Amino acid sequence: MTRRVSTSPLAPRRSPVLTVLMALFLVYTLVPLVWLILSATKTQADLFSSPGLWVGDQFAFFSNIRETLTYRDGIFLRWLANTLLYVVVGAGGATLLATAAGYGLAKYRFPGRRVVFAVILGAVAVPGTALAVPTFLMFSNMGLTNTVWAIIIPSLISPFGLYLMWVYAADAVPDELLEAARIDGAGEVRIFFTVVLRLLAPGIVTVLLFAVVSTWNNYFLPLIMLSEPKLYPLTVGLTQWSAQATGANAQPVYNLVVTGSLLTIAPLVIAFILLQRFWQSGLSAGSVKQ
Amino acid sequence: MLIISGRRARRRIALVAAALTAASVLAGCGSGDGGGSGSEGSAADLDAALEKGGTITYWTWTPSAEAQVAAFEKQYPKVKVKLVNAGTGNDHYTKLQNAIKAGSGGPDVAQVEYKALPQFALPGDLIDLSQYGFDEFESDYTPSTWASVHAGDGLYGLPQDSGPMALFYNQQVFDEHKLGVPKTWEEYVTAARTIKKENPSQCITNDSGDPGFTTSMIWQAGGTPFQADGEKVTIDLQDDGTKKWTGVWDQLVEDQLVCTIPGWTEEWYKALGDGTIASIALGAWAPGVFEQSVPDGAGKWRVAPMPTYDGQPATAENGGSTQSVLEQSKNPALAAAFVRWLNHDEGIKPFLESGGFPATVADLQDPAFVDKKVDYFGGQQVNQVLTDAATQVVEGWQYLPYQLYADTIYGDTVGKSYQTHSALEGGLTAWQEALVKYGDQQGFSVN
Repeated sequence: MTRRVSTSPLAPRRSPVLTVLMALFLVYTLVPLVWLILSATKTQADLFSSPGLWVGDQFAFFSNIRETLTYRDGIFLRWLANTLLYVVVGAGGATLLATAAGYGLAKYRFPGRRVVFAVILGAVAVPGTALAVPTFLMFSNMGLTNTVWAIIIPSLISPFGLYLMWVYAADAVPDELLEAARIDGAGEVRIFFTVVLRLLAPGIVTVLLFAVVSTWNNYFLPLIMLSEPKLYPLTVGLTQWSAQATGANAQPVYNLVVTGSLLTIAPLVIAFILLQRFWQSGLSAGSVKQ
Repeated sequence: MLIISGRRARRRIALVAAALTAASVLAGCGSGDGGGSGSEGSAADLDAALEKGGTITYWTWTPSAEAQVAAFEKQYPKVKVKLVNAGTGNDHYTKLQNAIKAGSGGPDVAQVEYKALPQFALPGDLIDLSQYGFDEFESDYTPSTWASVHAGDGLYGLPQDSGPMALFYNQQVFDEHKLGVPKTWEEYVTAARTIKKENPSQCITNDSGDPGFTTSMIWQAGGTPFQADGEKVTIDLQDDGTKKWTGVWDQLVEDQLVCTIPGWTEEWYKALGDGTIASIALGAWAPGVFEQSVPDGAGKWRVAPMPTYDGQPATAENGGSTQSVLEQSKNPALAAAFVRWLNHDEGIKPFLESGGFPATVADLQDPAFVDKKVDYFGGQQVNQVLTDAATQVVEGWQYLPYQLYADTIYGDTVGKSYQTHSALEGGLTAWQEALVKYGDQQGFSVN
C-alpha cells in the first residue's frame, strides 16, 4: 500500500483490465435493476408480450402502483408497515444491544470474557437459516409463533454486529479518554451515552445498515413463523402473490409482484445512499495503525 | 486457540439444535398417535354445533373462499370463520406441517389437495369424517373424487373441485398446419413432428418435467406405480402403465418436440397466448385460468377429450382439492359442519359462480352448467367435454403417503432426463430409488 503510494502519490495508476472488469460488474449489477424498473411500467399483458429490457405498449407505472397499494384491501401497505416495525424494533434493537455489548466486552475486564468471545465467534458461523426450525419449535412451545415477537426477538440478536462493534470499540475508544471521564466523576452509563456513542457512530451506522438489510430481507424465518397474512413482511407477502400464479386456482398478478418488488427495494436504496458517507468512514476505520 | 474454541462452541450449538428438533418431533408424534379417537360424534352433533356457534379458522388459497365464508356467516350468524390464506401449495403445507409438529397453531379446517391427503391423513393428523355420517354422501360425488378423499379406511374430507383431464388446443395453430385433433397419442406424436418441421419456434406442448403432470399421465395410461396399505408401500415406476406413457413421451422428449418452458411462469402464460404452445393437457379447472390469465388466446382455444392409447376414452384427475378437519381442532363438530356446508350444501353455489369445476354429480349433470357456451372457446360447450371426462377417469390410482416430498425431489431425478433429452426411464428409476430409501427412513416398509 505505502510502496505504491510513494511511486505515484497523486495520480493512481489506471488499469484497463480492472476498468473493463468493473464495467462488466456494473452492468451485471444494474441489468436486473433496469429490468425491474422497466417491467414495473408494464401491464400484465405487456409483461407477457414485450421484450424484457425494453418498454411495453402502455405506460402503466402509476396504475401499477395504485393497484399494488389497493389490491386485496391494501394488504401491501400493511406488509410495508409490518416490515418497518420489524426493521425499526428488530434492527434498531439489535444495533443498540450489539453496541452496548461490544463496547462492554472491549473495555471491561471480567472473568469469562474469553468464553463469551468463543460463543460469539461460534454464533457468527451458524447461519440464521439453520436455526430457524429449532427456533420455531421453541417459540411454538412458548406460544409465540404467529405473533410479531416471533420475528422481532430473533432479529434482536446479531453476533456479527456484536463482533464488529467489539473490534471497532477496542480501537475507536481510547482508554485514556474513559479514565479522564471517570476522574471527572461521570458514571459508566453517562460515559457510554455521552462519550462512547459519539466515538462509535461510524461503527454503529455500519452495524445498523447490516441489521436493517438483513431484517428487511428476512424471508425464511417469517415464512415458517407466521401463518397470518396480516403479520407478513413484504418478502413473504410478495412471494405469496407470486405463488398465486400456480395451479388450478391460478390468479397471476405478475405486474403487481414486479411493482411491489420495486417499491420494496426503494427504501433500502435510499437508506444506502443517505448513509453511505458514514459507512465508508466506518469501513476504513482500523485500516491504519495509529 | 480461539478458533478451536469457536468451533467447539459451534458444535455445541449444533448439538443443542439437533436435540431440540428430535425432542419436539417425538413430542409431535406422540400427540398425533394419542388423539386419533378422541372425538366421537354423529350427524346430530353437527347441527347442534351450528346452533351453538363458535369460531373456527379456515386455511385456504381458493379464490372462492371469501364469498363462501361470507355466505356461511350470513346463514349461521353465531359462527365466525377466520379465513387465512397461509400460502399457495407448498408454503401452505409447510406451515400446516409445522403447526402439526408443534401441536398447536394450526387451523380447524384446511384445504388439502388430493395428492397431499394421504400424507396428512395416514399419520392421524386429520379427523375421520365417517363418524359424522358423511359416508352416506358417496353417491353425490364422482367416483374418482370420492376415492381421492379416502386414505386407508378413513374418509378425510369432502371433495370440492375436480380436475378430469382434457386436451386444450389452439385451433388456429392446428389449422395453420392442417392438422386434425389427435385422438390417439400416436397421432399426437405425428402432429408434434409436423409442427416442429413446419415451424421450429412452435411446439405441440410444453413439458420441462412436472410431477403432477407425470403422475396424471401414468394414471391415464392405467399405471398404478404407488400402492399403500398401512405401513406397506409398493413403488413400481416400471409397471405397464408407466411404460405405455414413456413409450409415447420419450419420443417427444428425446426428439425435442416439446418446449421446455416451465409451467405457471410468465413465459408460459405468454406462450399460451401467442401460439408457441399448440396444445396442453390440463384438468377441467383450466378454462378459468385461460379466461383470466391468457387474454391473447381468446377465441383461439378449444377443448377435446384426452388422446388415448387405443382410441377408447380414458382420462385421469389432475389437481383438485378437498377441505379436511385437523386432529388438533378444538371444535371438530363445528369444523365438520362447515366442511359439510362448504362442499355438500350451499357452499357449492358461490364456488361455481367463481368459475370452479365441481365434484358433485348433480352439478355436473345440471344442463345450465353442461350446455353453457363459452365465448373464450369460440362459443364451444366446453363443459360437455369436461363433464364427460369426469365419468371416464381410470380407477385404482393412489398417491404416495409422502407425495409432497416425492414432488420436491422429482426435479433432481426425472427432471434430469428432461434436461438431457434422454429416456425417461433413467430418471424414473432414480426417482424410485430415492423414494424407496426415503420411505424406509420414515418407517414405511417399501418395496
